[in-house]
Amino acid sequence: MSASQDTTSQQIPVTVLTGYLGSGKTTLLNRILTENHGQKYAVIVNEFGEIGIDNDLLVESDEEIFEMNNGCICCTVRGDLIRTVQNLMKRKGAFDAIIVETTGVADPAPVAQTFFMDDDVRAASKLDAVVAVVDARHVLQRLKDTEEAQDQIAFADVILLNKTDLVTKDELAVVEARIRAINPYAVCHHTERCAVDLKAVLDRGAFDLDRILSLDPHFLAHGHHDHECGPDCDHEHDHTHHGHDHSHDHECGPDCDHEHHHHDDDLHSVKSISLKAGDLDPELFFPWINQVTQIQGPNILRLKGIMALKGDPQRYVIQGVHMIVEGDHQRDWKDGEPRESRLVFIGRDLDWDMLKQSFEACVAQ
Amino acid sequence: MPTLAPVDVDGFVVRAGFLKDVPFFALGDGSLCFAEGGERRVQPHKNGLLAAEKMLDEKGLVTSGDDGLIQKIDSDGTITTLAERPRKWIDLLACGPNGAVAFASGRTAWVRLDDGKENEFAHERAVGGLAFAPKGLKLAVARYDGATIWWANAGGAPQELSWKGAHLGISFSPDGKYLVTAMQENALHGWRLSDSQDMRMTGYPAKVKSWSWSQKGRYLATSGANAAICWPFFGKTGPMGQNPLQLGTRGDNIVSVVACHPKEDVVAVGYLDGMIMMCRFEDNAEVLLRRLGKAPVSSMSWDDAGDRLVFGSEDGEAGIISLR
Repeated sequence: MSASQDTTSQQIPVTVLTGYLGSGKTTLLNRILTENHGQKYAVIVNEFGEIGIDNDLLVESDEEIFEMNNGCICCTVRGDLIRTVQNLMKRKGAFDAIIVETTGVADPAPVAQTFFMDDDVRAASKLDAVVAVVDARHVLQRLKDTEEAQDQIAFADVILLNKTDLVTKDELAVVEARIRAINPYAVCHHTERCAVDLKAVLDRGAFDLDRILSLDPHFLAHGHHDHECGPDCDHEHDHTHHGHDHSHDHECGPDCDHEHHHHDDDLHSVKSISLKAGDLDPELFFPWINQVTQIQGPNILRLKGIMALKGDPQRYVIQGVHMIVEGDHQRDWKDGEPRESRLVFIGRDLDWDMLKQSFEACVAQ
Repeated sequence: MPTLAPVDVDGFVVRAGFLKDVPFFALGDGSLCFAEGGERRVQPHKNGLLAAEKMLDEKGLVTSGDDGLIQKIDSDGTITTLAERPRKWIDLLACGPNGAVAFASGRTAWVRLDDGKENEFAHERAVGGLAFAPKGLKLAVARYDGATIWWANAGGAPQELSWKGAHLGISFSPDGKYLVTAMQENALHGWRLSDSQDMRMTGYPAKVKSWSWSQKGRYLATSGANAAICWPFFGKTGPMGQNPLQLGTRGDNIVSVVACHPKEDVVAVGYLDGMIMMCRFEDNAEVLLRRLGKAPVSSMSWDDAGDRLVFGSEDGEAGIISLR
């Protein structure tokens, strides 16, 4: 799969909003639509809700999951989105960007995959980011009750932890730790009534390979602490109690740890796995990542990585959804920047030991 | 020598054609442009026009849009509302015998008969395409995992045709013997209606989004490859076991629209880069009708005599190409 196309500049950016009914999703949508930013949006909603959405270009679209005839059970796309995007292209010029609102029970994977697997949609538009609105007060219960709630958090590039005014500081810390256990690399914002600078939500380029790093402070800030509980979460999967010096200098350190261990016991819950190594042998790494995504694809919700390949002066970045993986050279490694390969999987039923061992077998000798 | 007269239209050309020999261009911005001694504009839809189909008797052009309206436009520009489904985007249309019009949104298809009576046809999954049979008032609906053929004017059990996957466009062969669908995968599927025998037509690098039956229905020309792929439908078994013709092959581009000539075994072939060629089936002789443009050719049609070809592109380029 090619990483970038010449048509990039013409591709209309698409933001996917996920979140349960009552999480504040519609509030965020209306905020996006009414703020004075000069952008015109086409909005695709699953159903016209009770709260009005005031927008010229508003389309109702019933979820239609298409399985592809290629024998792959995770290769699903949203037929309704393909159709709607094609219809919107007949109105080119009438809007600058597309927002897709999904229901709380929708599986985000087919939505995301539509923008990679359908050639027409891919030529016309590009997925900018998946934004999850999470109700701080109810999310823990949702996570216990449903897989969709986990999937939505796992899939998100940006998480708005909303309604923070309805929980205590301690409760909020527990909630954030739980979210971090599922998805340590999303950018998480605490909000009340979805009050957030829209720059944090729109034009994120979360699927752009050349923006993977700039997007992801946890990659950059490894060892630094501009986030609560970010990098620590990578470490808990080492299966050693992490006594890193930074585990106590933020509010959710210890909770974070306990939460993870608790949920590690729950085999079906979504968790993240972070792998780290030095230079990799490309002859080993590429067959490995292909095989992993072929075999484990259904269990992998998202993956992202920055690779140091032996003999290659450039960073190689990859990102993926289920079995779809794309990768490209990004830029030269900077002087003084440690050549380190890092790969994050977010998924269900992933065999951490197997992944770690096989990944480490790709290290260049 | 062919001559090309550009027509000044704005916006995505959803459908270019002739209504009673008058060239028309139905545009994504909701308007319809007639090009006859200067340009005449009407606005059947306030914002977006999603589909346009000519009535079989040429009494009008039927259009549908994102305003939920199904409009009939006469060649003099008179607009009549045939039906309305508020807040629905109506992106599928078909015109049938005796003034019947079929339209669909989501999982429901409707047939409006000439007297205004409407029949509703519900499906479990989204409707992907609509086509009337050449004989009898029957409506074929492309759907997920197959197609359904309904009696458009009466009750009775529909005929179900099954094939796994999402079926989008749908068309009967002009002799009514075959039903063909375009799929979400880069392939066509077909059924011989006498015995529901399946036919798979594969090998396309892109989705098939345009097709056209050649005169007397001998070939089905299709887009979706670097040549116009023309499947033979004559003989007892149609395309089964046959290789298609490949006309207008280009190494570096994909065919976006095809339009078979009404009288000769010739097809007009439009490409993603805006080029248009005319190709003869017999010997693959090619005539260049239009050089590169700014955008993919989105629609083409011949007039009844086969003397003029109208075309439009996704970026509002349009014109009339005269062969004489």
